[in-house]
Amino acid sequence: MGSSRIAQALRSPVGVVASVGLLAVIVLAIAAPLIWSGDASRIDILHASQGSSSAHWLGTDALGRDILYRVLVATRLSVVLAVLAAAIGAAIGIPIGAVPALFGGRVGRLVTGLINLAVAFPALLVAIFVASIIGVGAHGAVVGIAVAIAPYFARLSQTLSSSVAGSEYLAAARMIGVRRFRLLTRHVLPNIAEPLLITSTISIGDALLSLAGLSFLGLGVQPPRYDWGRMLNEGLNRIYVNPEVALGPAVAITIGALTFALFGEVLAKAAGAGGARRWLRGELPASTVAAGACDGDDVLAVEDLTISFPGGAVPVRSVSLRVAPGEIVGIVGESGSGKTLTAMAVADLLPAAAHVSAAKLCLFGSDPRALSASQRRRLLGRSLAVVYQDPMSALNPALRVGRQVGEVSEVHHGISKRAARDRAVERLRSVRIGSADARARQFPHEFSGGMRQRAVIAMGLMAEPKLIVADEPTTALDVTVQQQILRLLRDVTVSRSSAAILISHDVAVVSQLCVRVVVMYAGRVVEELDVDTLVAGPAHPYTVALVASVPTMESKREQPLASIPGRAPTPYDDIPGCPFAPRCPRASERCRAEMPPLEQHSPTHRAACWHPVNVLEKAAV
Amino acid sequence: MTAAPLSFDRQRNWWAVHTRTAYLFRRTSRLVVSLVLLLTATFFMIHLVPGDPVRAALGTTAPASLVAARRAALGLDKPLVTQYVDYIRNILHGNFGTSLVSGEHVTDVIRARGPSTFRLAGIAFLVVIGIAVPLGLLMAALTRDSKRRRLELGFTATAGALAAVPSFLTAVALVFFFAVKIHWFPVAGQGGVSSYVLPIASLAIGPIAALSRIVRVEGLRVLEQDYIRTARGKRLPARIVYVRHALPNTLTPTLTVAGLLVGGLVAGTVLVENIFAWPGLGTSLVSAVAQQDYSTVQAIAVIFGAVVLLANFAVDVALGAIDPRSTILDA
Repeated sequence: MGSSRIAQALRSPVGVVASVGLLAVIVLAIAAPLIWSGDASRIDILHASQGSSSAHWLGTDALGRDILYRVLVATRLSVVLAVLAAAIGAAIGIPIGAVPALFGGRVGRLVTGLINLAVAFPALLVAIFVASIIGVGAHGAVVGIAVAIAPYFARLSQTLSSSVAGSEYLAAARMIGVRRFRLLTRHVLPNIAEPLLITSTISIGDALLSLAGLSFLGLGVQPPRYDWGRMLNEGLNRIYVNPEVALGPAVAITIGALTFALFGEVLAKAAGAGGARRWLRGELPASTVAAGACDGDDVLAVEDLTISFPGGAVPVRSVSLRVAPGEIVGIVGESGSGKTLTAMAVADLLPAAAHVSAAKLCLFGSDPRALSASQRRRLLGRSLAVVYQDPMSALNPALRVGRQVGEVSEVHHGISKRAARDRAVERLRSVRIGSADARARQFPHEFSGGMRQRAVIAMGLMAEPKLIVADEPTTALDVTVQQQILRLLRDVTVSRSSAAILISHDVAVVSQLCVRVVVMYAGRVVEELDVDTLVAGPAHPYTVALVASVPTMESKREQPLASIPGRAPTPYDDIPGCPFAPRCPRASERCRAEMPPLEQHSPTHRAACWHPVNVLEKAAV
Repeated sequence: MTAAPLSFDRQRNWWAVHTRTAYLFRRTSRLVVSLVLLLTATFFMIHLVPGDPVRAALGTTAPASLVAARRAALGLDKPLVTQYVDYIRNILHGNFGTSLVSGEHVTDVIRARGPSTFRLAGIAFLVVIGIAVPLGLLMAALTRDSKRRRLELGFTATAGALAAVPSFLTAVALVFFFAVKIHWFPVAGQGGVSSYVLPIASLAIGPIAALSRIVRVEGLRVLEQDYIRTARGKRLPARIVYVRHALPNTLTPTLTVAGLLVGGLVAGTVLVENIFAWPGLGTSLVSAVAQQDYSTVQAIAVIFGAVVLLANFAVDVALGAIDPRSTILDA
């Protein structure tokens, strides 16, 4: 970890608290016995066992000694013993943990097994047992705790050194015959020093707590010496009469231990810093409700849909989309063009951070934003089906497939679990899953990718969907399976006369299934056309390039595949003109300055381009 | 496509059953090896004691004849191998020998005091699971998608601090507030239900804080998964999304951590029992260590160690049984 990163971490609020606390504890440990030993050991029988007073803030003990002074003076013994225990524990554990990496083979496995076994036992119990062998007292407690935490150091150094052991330079060092001890000191340890140091700091805090625990049980520091645990022990007997006598040492133990733990955490954060970028920060106003009148019999009508995220990303800009009953509409575009977000906005499945605004949003004749949560759930649950991109992750691994498919009907049609299962089996059969009854009892991991996608489709068919949103339903599948799934999707839409939105980056897939196609680029609709026009010759240069990039049987094999040079703008870029202009061969000054509107070319064809590819040129191409 | 897939499935099930058996066998043999190591370590403990443990236990004033008689009664005059075999055989028969100090049967002590301790640890364990899992999941649901940042910060800071405070300090604070200040619960002793509240709370608060933090992080991970979006896409009520779809997927890491907690809870009883004067093995252990009653220490070490090993074993077996993908089976 760079020293600048540590400095930065220490300057954070938590870092300041930790460093100030640590400094205070160290100063107290050094100075308190020098200044206050006399006060701490002054016996005053007349004022024995008193509660808090102005003379003795935390009261006095059985011999009339001031408890506040004793707590302060006890800092040294408590901290020194803790540091000692942690150091001995590290000295025992770290070399043992390095053994597997250095020796490997049977010895390594044996040591690894023993470390795993030792870690399983609670540290405090190990400490008590070892302390009982060595003998009750400070010695026994320190050694006991050292032995108890050694396995944790061993485990850490084992994992760390095994990652170093696999590295190239260690192999090289071994190859040129560097001796094992030298390997350990020169090559392994320096590379794992940082996390070990952090762990050591944290384990001083643990050792402090354990020592206090042992002393508290009467198994640690013995009178006349005293540490915080010992004082807590003496105080607890009087908790009824003078609770502050017990609370003083208790607070000292807590602060002492937390200081070391916190300091270690700060160091660990500094070491692990970088990469923890949170772009979803800040709040946006809730999605704007501008419920326009929903008339007409379109299944879906969206106008001016814009989706933005906190941080300034606007991945979808002013998109309008209509889907008539029974119509299959395709949305094509490269990844990042906003097509999936558009569909998920329609399905009300965007992440909560997304901010949606639309001049008009009508689904099955009503604006879902104007409905109550339960009305919306009912409307979407019964009429909308979604097929997801990755069937491997879209099914819940912990639930049987039959249950996952069936629960739609349990919830939305109020039928029994058993009836829902029967219906699920029937739907699984209808998407051509063989031995559906047995399959329904299986878990998703027992299904192939294509079968999982069938199951997801079956899930959507549990209700009678009026609209199926399929988000790249074949992208994650084998080419041979793709065709089956596409055919199945077409069959179910046609047989149930439901409408569908098919999202794909593949023009070929879309032209196979759809009647009408919407082309999206950089969050905008750039062209809307029927499939015949798409094949015959689109107007927007982007669509032309997209179609040209699809290899056909006639493509000459010696020619490289057509590709579009350059890259699409990011959702953060706010471009005044046409977003495709930087990559467009036909772009003019106007394109860069002004966004072209969607221009009607024919009743079924609109394109947003200042310089559309015209029919004559098409003939020439 | 009718008969073929089924026979294929049958084959897969056959494999599944057998990897499960193999896993169970591997895990059981590891348990046996661990138990043997535990017994061996505790056996040698008494021989590692510097000087003569019997003399140390009986004190310097005890007559030499008594020390010799006690040594003979404990079998310490026999060859090491014979002692070892006797030791293992006796423990397998539930005979933990006699106390070095009082001469009573250690088995009687364990029988009288063990149930108190394990009731305490067992109830505390259930309380931890019963509170930490719903709490962690609730926090995950409330703070998902970077919502409610202040609540998130407050929860992680509070839970982090509570998890760091050891049970004996929690116990002192609880006694101070609930027994001394407002007299809701007794300060110490084992009696009615109310006498269980403070000891169990002292044991459980730290682990609840630690586990609920882990459950929250795990819950956040699960809530980001695609299958949760699928569940939302089915327009299921939030309750079903969280309980049926999210909860089972957080179970594996939760159980793993819970297994580790058992060890901590057992260790915690030693301190907590001493604070609350609880008539359990923890108080026996501490007085045995103080009196250098090594045979009692040895017996309690075996009992506590075995409980920890068995708890880890039970967790691993449960994980193998509930995880449908059984990723653990290959481990």
